[in-house]
Amino acid sequence: MSAVILRIATKYLSPVLLIVSLVLLLRGHNDPGGGFIGGLLAASGLALQALAYGSARARRLLRYDPRTFIGGGLLLALSSGIPALLSGEPWLKGYWWKPELPLLGALPLGTPLWFDIGIYFTVIGFTLTIVFALAEHDEREEY
Amino acid sequence: MNVLVVLPILIPLVSAVATLLLRSSVRAQNVIGMTGSALLLAASIWLLTAVHDGGILVQQLGGWKAPFGISFVADTFSALMVLLTGVTGLAIAIYSAAAVDEPRRRFGYFPLLHILLMGVNGAFLTGDMFNLYVWFEVMLIASFVLLVLGGERVQFAGAVKYVTVNLLASMLFLIGAGVLYGKTGTLNFADLAFKLSQTANPELVNTSAMLFLVAFGIKAAIFPFFFWLPDSYPVPPAAITALFAGLLTKVGVYALLRTFSIIFVHDTGFTQPLFLVLAGVTMVVGVLGAVAQSEMKRLLSFHIVSQIGYALMGLGIFTQLALSGAIYFTLHVAIAKAALFLVVGYVARKRGHTALKQLGGLLRESPVLAVLFLLAALSLAGLPPFSGFFAKFTLVRAGLESADYVIVAVALAVSMLTLFSMTKIWGEAFWKETPGGVPSADILPPAPTVENPLVTVYPTLTKASMALYFIPMFLLVAVTVIMGLAAEPILQMTGQAADQLLNPTLYIESVLGVQP
Amino acid sequence: MHLLIAILSGVLFAAGVWLILRRSLARLVLGLILISHSASLVIFTSGGLQHAEPPLVEKGATALQTPFADPLPQALILTAIVISFGLFAFFLVLIKRAHQETGTDDIDAMSEVES
Repeated sequence: MSAVILRIATKYLSPVLLIVSLVLLLRGHNDPGGGFIGGLLAASGLALQALAYGSARARRLLRYDPRTFIGGGLLLALSSGIPALLSGEPWLKGYWWKPELPLLGALPLGTPLWFDIGIYFTVIGFTLTIVFALAEHDEREEY
Repeated sequence: MNVLVVLPILIPLVSAVATLLLRSSVRAQNVIGMTGSALLLAASIWLLTAVHDGGILVQQLGGWKAPFGISFVADTFSALMVLLTGVTGLAIAIYSAAAVDEPRRRFGYFPLLHILLMGVNGAFLTGDMFNLYVWFEVMLIASFVLLVLGGERVQFAGAVKYVTVNLLASMLFLIGAGVLYGKTGTLNFADLAFKLSQTANPELVNTSAMLFLVAFGIKAAIFPFFFWLPDSYPVPPAAITALFAGLLTKVGVYALLRTFSIIFVHDTGFTQPLFLVLAGVTMVVGVLGAVAQSEMKRLLSFHIVSQIGYALMGLGIFTQLALSGAIYFTLHVAIAKAALFLVVGYVARKRGHTALKQLGGLLRESPVLAVLFLLAALSLAGLPPFSGFFAKFTLVRAGLESADYVIVAVALAVSMLTLFSMTKIWGEAFWKETPGGVPSADILPPAPTVENPLVTVYPTLTKASMALYFIPMFLLVAVTVIMGLAAEPILQMTGQAADQLLNPTLYIESVLGVQP
Repeated sequence: MHLLIAILSGVLFAAGVWLILRRSLARLVLGLILISHSASLVIFTSGGLQHAEPPLVEKGATALQTPFADPLPQALILTAIVISFGLFAFFLVLIKRAHQETGTDDIDAMSEVES
């Protein structure tokens, strides 16, 4: 299948989608956005690659198996509860840390962001597991 | 605050993540799968003793106060159910190391198993209606994938039915939650119990209660929502069926017991006769279905349906004794059922099929297996001194005390039929000689073909894998025997659980932290 | 407005049920999706439909402006949508695989094939 338009569009769209997904991920704490929606966008960027050039290429771009992303993402999200546990507070209580950066001002970092990054990777992993399973007809490994 | 309450959710999550990341090493997965479940069991015992001695434990997730945040609450009922998950989970994890084939494990059997355990525990511990929905879905998505894992042809039709019916149940659950929220403005169990006890007109509450009844009824497989279960449970490998039989329907039962004892108690004149009727019909239809079957897994699946009726009967009678009996019964039946399915799994492994007509001679071939089956089967049928006897005895006594003679008669009759169909399995599979001569000791499954490359391929049985098959069976059968012998302290504990359900003031105070 | 949304969710539910009762698996999924939308609408309405301010305390203020919108139903719907996204994605894979294996998307034919 030679979908020239799709391929050219993918070339430009897919990096844009990835960058926008990062923006959404980071601004999620005060404005609409967050790990889930960011992850979906990033996954759709890669799904476009899979559509235009085949899922083998998308897998190569991803480098690791999408299921590893699920695991890693869950691990990140899970570990964001640890600071609260260590200080004897209920699990997942949010902590914020605002280092002053030169020129940029205060940079709010915190465990909710940490959690969201975990969700981001989990969603990418899950969505792509499904997308690859749908795209790869004959790979009997899936299901 | 108390981390102990969320430990039964965190431990399986950590094991799931660890097994997911170490997917390439089957050996590491086995080890983590088993130690994770063992840790879960330890945590659940710890939780039960803490709750038993110190009363209801509450953890407000993220430090957000109830009713605004999500509360996790462990009362005696929850802690007992979590312990059930611990015991069943450990048995299944050990069994799976031998009984689940390698392609399935490579795809991620153990992560899914632990995510399922996490969902089940989450459902038992949550104190919030919407959060319960979320745990249901966590559980369901794991169970969907487990059901079709392996991609064998027979699995699909069963899985489609299972997914459709359960998704519908989830939608009804959501609509029920929406109606309830519109009426009360809260979804926290304790807050709901408190607000509804103050509400004068219960019309809309009844609507929502019935939506929940249908939603939970589908998950618990009560009449008339049971038809999906005998079609889908027998399909996956026995380890997975045992897990589903032990835990998934019990979550539905738990949700029914929980919501209809502390939240929807405003119109018991309407709900209790309804429960009694449903309980009776569920028992009868289930057991009649079972008597008609001639394939072990399907037969036992119908028994799952039938046994759910007993738990429901306790809810219908609705006295302290009845609820105590219902809780004890739920614990008993989960263990006994899981044990039976594990035995069937071994039979399937040995003979390559589980059709009763063609089976036979198992008593001579494996007397230990026969004895294990007999103990679990007699316990399920309700013979003393096993756990089933005391569970049914308590329920029947409660029924007699509150003069619900019809349901008592039905329960006793169904018990006889259960015994009958257990003797049928015993006679056909274990007692009689194998039709057509003795089969070879270890039948190999058909080789993979081009059309179906994923026919389950098992490694040959070694001493080590035999041990992995038998240890969990011993464990579960031992638990059901001990539950019978130590019925007194266990009934005392389930009695405490029933007290907490009938007098929700304590529950409300512990969660909301105020004098209502 | 309440009435309109009530009717809408009823229509969605009915359409969903109609689709589920077809024999084709693809329609089954579509029907379930419609029903899930109907459920979302019910939750949405249950919070009360009104013109209101976002439930955020403005800079410098100490209390919420009244009337403020109830954020919970929206959070619930969002969660429900996320979850059904996952479930339906999985379901699609399931029916695709089922179709591949059995060569039919008729559920009854599928059960016959195997028995």
